Amino acid sequence: MSTIFGIPPQALFGQLLLGLINGSFYALLSLGLAVIFGMLNVINFAHGALYMLGAFVAWLLLTTAGIGYWWALLLAPLVVGAFGVVLEKTLLSRLYKLDHLYGLLLTFGLALIVEGAFRHFYGVSGQPYPIPDLLRGGQNLGFMFLPNYRGWVVVASLVVCLATWYAIERTKLGAYLRAATENPVLVQAFGINVPLMITATYGFGVALAGLAGVLAAPIYQVSPLMGSNLIIVVFAVVVIGGMGSILGAVLTGYGLGLLEGLTKVFYPEASNIVVFVIMAVVLLIKPAGLFGRER
Amino acid sequence: MLEVSDLHAFYGESHVLHGVNLEVRQGEVVTLLGRNGAGKTTTMRSIMGIVGKRNGSVRFQGQELISMAPHRIPRLGIGYVPEERGIFASLNVEENLTLPPVVKDGGMTVQQIHELFPNLQGRGSTQGTRLSGGEQQMLAIARILRTGATMILLDEPTEGLAPVIIEQIGVAVRKLKQRGFTVLLVEQNFRFAATIADRHYMMEEGRVMDMIPNNQLAANMEKLHTYLGV
Repeated sequence: MSTIFGIPPQALFGQLLLGLINGSFYALLSLGLAVIFGMLNVINFAHGALYMLGAFVAWLLLTTAGIGYWWALLLAPLVVGAFGVVLEKTLLSRLYKLDHLYGLLLTFGLALIVEGAFRHFYGVSGQPYPIPDLLRGGQNLGFMFLPNYRGWVVVASLVVCLATWYAIERTKLGAYLRAATENPVLVQAFGINVPLMITATYGFGVALAGLAGVLAAPIYQVSPLMGSNLIIVVFAVVVIGGMGSILGAVLTGYGLGLLEGLTKVFYPEASNIVVFVIMAVVLLIKPAGLFGRER
Repeated sequence: MLEVSDLHAFYGESHVLHGVNLEVRQGEVVTLLGRNGAGKTTTMRSIMGIVGKRNGSVRFQGQELISMAPHRIPRLGIGYVPEERGIFASLNVEENLTLPPVVKDGGMTVQQIHELFPNLQGRGSTQGTRLSGGEQQMLAIARILRTGATMILLDEPTEGLAPVIIEQIGVAVRKLKQRGFTVLLVEQNFRFAATIADRHYMMEEGRVMDMIPNNQLAANMEKLHTYLGV
């Protein structure tokens, strides 16, 4: 076994792993976007900035308070989620009666402000974040070398995505969420506090972005621009998967990550655009997205 | 039990209800009759607090609802069955049935509900909107019965249904009355209304024009035809 389709297996699996890692972040971020869009009808442009915020919170916890990775994994999403709750309560909630475009513009502005503030204080060069001791090193799988931390990221994101899917599709709270996504007025008329659910949903969605940020910190450097680099691809993922479709967001996230990896192996020149080409094709053939329902 | 007085409601700029007055006593079945656009559905939505803007007075068991947050009103024991039925496509039948939170003791059990509506039995995992129109209507009523609500607002339960299904819904509403439920019913089908109601309010152009007790319906046929335009 020296080559597969003329490609050394080391290179193929290496790129597939990289694709899976990227896919993990696509999935976590597009999942949050899909949940938020379903409930609030807001395209949350601040998602990338909040992912960056998650990574920075982890970095700041470590450098200023000596609080390590595992606590950051819990605390950073809480901080980002709380920030999201404040944003929703004070700003977003004023826009629900207007066209959805205003929500998009507001969150776009918020993203620029948050990123600009961090650029002002920390510059554009990345800050390194160490891999936690427990996850240093790697496994030799025979056909490739798997760094432990990367394996952890894939597993952690899978677990979080599955848990979120389960919570939404199989629990009582999830039933409220699905019902309120369809018909918030009627759900309110059954005695459920829908405005509170909307706030909680936004908080949860952006907390997922914060969590992704912490997971990303040891892999990519912690930099104010890390969010905007990623978020454009994530939006393409959401469009391909179908706005508001939970399962679609997750599957499309992993699938496109892998596809990007494969493209890097077989036709590297196209690897940066393959997602957008697919987005264009999907928009032409199935505008609601692969898993989306026509509204 | 429910007293509505001088109720006004607005959708955006348009003034839809112009001072509605009505009263529903404990254990009664009372209908709102009138043509399309008379304000019957809006009256119900105003009681539930889900119109754009409303003022006047809505009292339920002595408590003023007019400035209450919409999600608190059902918690007092008022159940709402909307005209469009509002069965959720992303929920299965069981999830639809158990969606509205139980607000009071004394609601019907799922088993009792299945006895009342045998069609719903064994359909729990079916997608809610895959049920037939009549079954969706039964489900829309059934999910309120679980909650312990003592008053039910029922908006056009017979609309678009086959006579045999209407018959079944009528049986169910009569059973509800026997169980002591208070019902406010919007109907266009006054023949159906006449078989179950105690009193009828006639609505026209956002006002209540008249009240006819059911036993005087025959004597007031002419008036009725004028209001309903039949």
